[in-house]
Amino acid sequence: MNGAVTPGSRLEPGVGQGAEPFWEATRTRTLVLPWCTACDQPFFYPRPFCPRCLGRTIQWQPAAGTGVVYAFTVEHRAEVDPFAGGEPFVVALVELAEGVRMLSNVVGCPPGQVRVDLPVAVCWEPLSDGRHLPQFTPVVAGVPS
Amino acid sequence: MRARAAIVGVADDASPTGELERSGRDLEVAMVAAALEDAGLTRDDVDGVCHTSSSMRLAEALGIHPTFTDSTNTGGSSFEVHAEHAAAAIAAGLCEVVVGVYASTPRSDRRAGRTRRRPERDPDDPIVEWELPYGLRLPMAPYAMAASRHMATFGTTSEQLAEIAVSTRRWASMNPRARYRDPITVDDVLASPYECEPLHRLDCCLVTDGAGAFVMTSAERARDLAKPPVYVLGAATCHDHSMISQMPDLTTTPGRVSGSRAFAMAGLGPADVDLLMGYDSFTITALLHLEDLGFCAKGEGGPFVEGGRTAPGGSLPMNTNGGGLSYTHPGMYGMFLIVEAVRQLRGACGERQLPEPQVAVAHGSGMVLSCMSTLVLGTQATV
Ligand SMILES: [Zn+2]
Repeated sequence: MNGAVTPGSRLEPGVGQGAEPFWEATRTRTLVLPWCTACDQPFFYPRPFCPRCLGRTIQWQPAAGTGVVYAFTVEHRAEVDPFAGGEPFVVALVELAEGVRMLSNVVGCPPGQVRVDLPVAVCWEPLSDGRHLPQFTPVVAGVPS
Repeated sequence: MRARAAIVGVADDASPTGELERSGRDLEVAMVAAALEDAGLTRDDVDGVCHTSSSMRLAEALGIHPTFTDSTNTGGSSFEVHAEHAAAAIAAGLCEVVVGVYASTPRSDRRAGRTRRRPERDPDDPIVEWELPYGLRLPMAPYAMAASRHMATFGTTSEQLAEIAVSTRRWASMNPRARYRDPITVDDVLASPYECEPLHRLDCCLVTDGAGAFVMTSAERARDLAKPPVYVLGAATCHDHSMISQMPDLTTTPGRVSGSRAFAMAGLGPADVDLLMGYDSFTITALLHLEDLGFCAKGEGGPFVEGGRTAPGGSLPMNTNGGGLSYTHPGMYGMFLIVEAVRQLRGACGERQLPEPQVAVAHGSGMVLSCMSTLVLGTQATV
């Protein structure tokens, strides 16, 4: 459960209650979302129950892996720098095509190119135990740049 | 509950150096004693206590045996929540004299090597799994993201956010205990380095030592005390998320709910307010309060703050003590909102005193725009 800090100073996420399918899928670089069968809606973050109805029948479905930047910041003076480079980096809330929002990074472009509503697609940062951390990169005409 | 309880004593301490000599429980008890003296009450009168981590340890230190106890912690809005709970408890007859207190000395702790390590995060806290691995800087990054969304949605500019810092500094120039008193310009704010873009350093609150306390009692008992009572006309709280990724709309805070409920209880509205003490952890925080409390429409906070509207001489005085941006910000600033509101309504603010204010709002913000708590306070004339 406990987060661990790797040499790159990244805090590696644990696996919380109800999140095992999410993290297992990241081993094959697959983004999956929990759907409540009663609400027929996805939710995020993963937990063993639906935050709308508290129902416990959850189905995991692959996500399109695309979305848009809902809000973002360029961190110029990070206390914990996951990139260990000392350079400004982007933390963003990404709204996925399925309608849920997740916090992540936008990588693969200069921070100055990130804006609200920028189309992005998922990309994967390896973690130390074979899992991957989902990040996002700008897409041009539906293809990751 | 309207006007059934009144704040009758206040105290606070801060210094232009940003540091205080006392710390910890010693400082807290000094604040309690000062607020009781301000009220003309003694330790033996107290039968209710509020504290953000342990009202039990506080009561033990004070040597009292209270019948009302509140250790609620909602971050920076904790003190407005405490005041709301205390007013309700007094109105319900659970207790008669409640003290709330806060002391924190991050600045002198750091210099003296007393810095306590940040408490370990609960590994089961979802933020450890879903937000911190991305390098989210707390508390700045969530507020910066809210600013980015507000700018993209409504066209709000960095210049407009900077106006809030400039106006607040003008108030601070009249507070002898403020950390920063020299005037600043919009250009100064924009020229200060980015912390979390689009927020510059001068868009962000201070890190200083600070402490304060309030004493509240029943309206009946308040009439016979040392200072003019400041009545709790309305009080309400609302929270809608704990971590920023779960905030439903980054441009609208739960202050929309707490504000309208507090105003409804008071039978008043924004047009009746002579002073807004609106938690300014960042310039964007204060701007969101102006919209969510109804001083202007959603999205119009940027134009609203232009031209010094919240500055000395402006139509809506805001944060007359110099705020978290220029007076003091020890980590959880909400206590200082209450203290300044009470002093203004008493007419005890010296050079920065407003002309006979009758209604003040103390609006606290906790965590990452998570928990808002609104107090509508008034003089005897409003009862
Ligand atoms: Zn459901």
